[in-house]
Amino acid sequence: MTQLWDTRWVLLAATGATARIFLYSAVLALALSFVAGVARSASPRWVRWAALVYGELFRGVSLVVQLFWLFFVLPLLGVTLSPQSAAILGLGLCFGAYGAESVRVALAAVPAGQLQAAQALGLSRRQAFFKVELPQALPVMLPPLGNLMVMALKATSVTAMITVPELTFTANALTANLGASAAVFAYVGLAYYAMAKLVLWISRGLERRVRIVGRSDAGGQGGQGHGI
Amino acid sequence: MEFDWAFAWSVLPELLRASQATIFITVAAFACASVGGLAVLALRSSRRRIVAVPTAWIVDFIRSTPLLLQVFFVYYILPGYGLTLGPVQAGIATLAVHYSCYMSEAYRSALAAVPHGQWEAAQALGLKRMQVLRKVIWPQMCPVVVPVGGSLMIYMFKDTPVLAAVTVREVLQTASRIGADNFRYLEPVTIVGVLFLAMSLLAAWATRRLERRFAFAARKP
Repeated sequence: MTQLWDTRWVLLAATGATARIFLYSAVLALALSFVAGVARSASPRWVRWAALVYGELFRGVSLVVQLFWLFFVLPLLGVTLSPQSAAILGLGLCFGAYGAESVRVALAAVPAGQLQAAQALGLSRRQAFFKVELPQALPVMLPPLGNLMVMALKATSVTAMITVPELTFTANALTANLGASAAVFAYVGLAYYAMAKLVLWISRGLERRVRIVGRSDAGGQGGQGHGI
Repeated sequence: MEFDWAFAWSVLPELLRASQATIFITVAAFACASVGGLAVLALRSSRRRIVAVPTAWIVDFIRSTPLLLQVFFVYYILPGYGLTLGPVQAGIATLAVHYSCYMSEAYRSALAAVPHGQWEAAQALGLKRMQVLRKVIWPQMCPVVVPVGGSLMIYMFKDTPVLAAVTVREVLQTASRIGADNFRYLEPVTIVGVLFLAMSLLAAWATRRLERRFAFAARKP
């Protein structure tokens, strides 16, 4: 307990680091999911292929391996990233690939007749996408994307392995330097738990806002974790 | 820096040997998690609230905290409470407990998908409780459990490199040791990436095949 009190500032700073890395990589991951998810149904074939290869590559390879590659191999090829940048880039690329799958599935779930009707009404391709397809796909893609963000939050811990001083790294470093402390681990566990619940709460709030009135099937299943 | 094919070729056998350890850990931990998931589900659906409610809390907590933190906890904190495990045991135990919680969720949704009338019909036919579970309910749970379990196993496989943090000699740990010994990280880490990609794609393909088989088996009268 005394160790927990003595190291409170280090632990709070580490909590901030985890939150910051999560926020940056979440923004990157969501942007990439959107671009790659939409690209999967784009008309030029090479765009579809590029999105497919991106998805298979970054979903197929373990996140830790990707981080090692960015941190240990990339400098040899002339690009040196700080641990934090490598962490954000790695998390963003990996979870962007998972998110793209949710975006693709949600867009594919919009009935084809909707697009045809929009065209028949004289909407341009862009208008049809933003006014007809996207509003119907959003309620379907939000629950899996919310769960994915919880997974991304938990995955920030893995960046400890490329020396990012976030929560898990700090818990490990304190154990190495000051001896094992269950209280420190309890704090770190509860901090992750609280952040995960916060992410889930925000995600559920957004889901409620975009729910289509009169359609009970929109929204999909609840729960968190590997639901993608 | 150029990719040195000769060096890559020379370290490949060692990396392939290390990937056997990765596969062994995955298979062992997943076997434990498959059984553990059933146990967790049994505890969670217990009629005694004193059992069911704390189990649900613990499952929620384990699912909301990172695997790596749990590995450190098992490896560094539990010895202080009299449970000392080696790196590999600690790794397998943590993966098994972590994924038991996810598997219990898979079993639960599969169980919920079986219509209640199936229980009643089976009981009306005079089947015993265990017979009902094994011959009527379980075959209908399979089409749901197999795809979810398969993708969980692929997730677990991709999570095993996390155990390198507690010095488990799996494939990534071996690659980074080779890298440190030879001052060449490019080849070993790239090879590990390619190995993971190949095995993940293979596993995804195998899961899809299994899925088709079980979907068909369930539809047969």
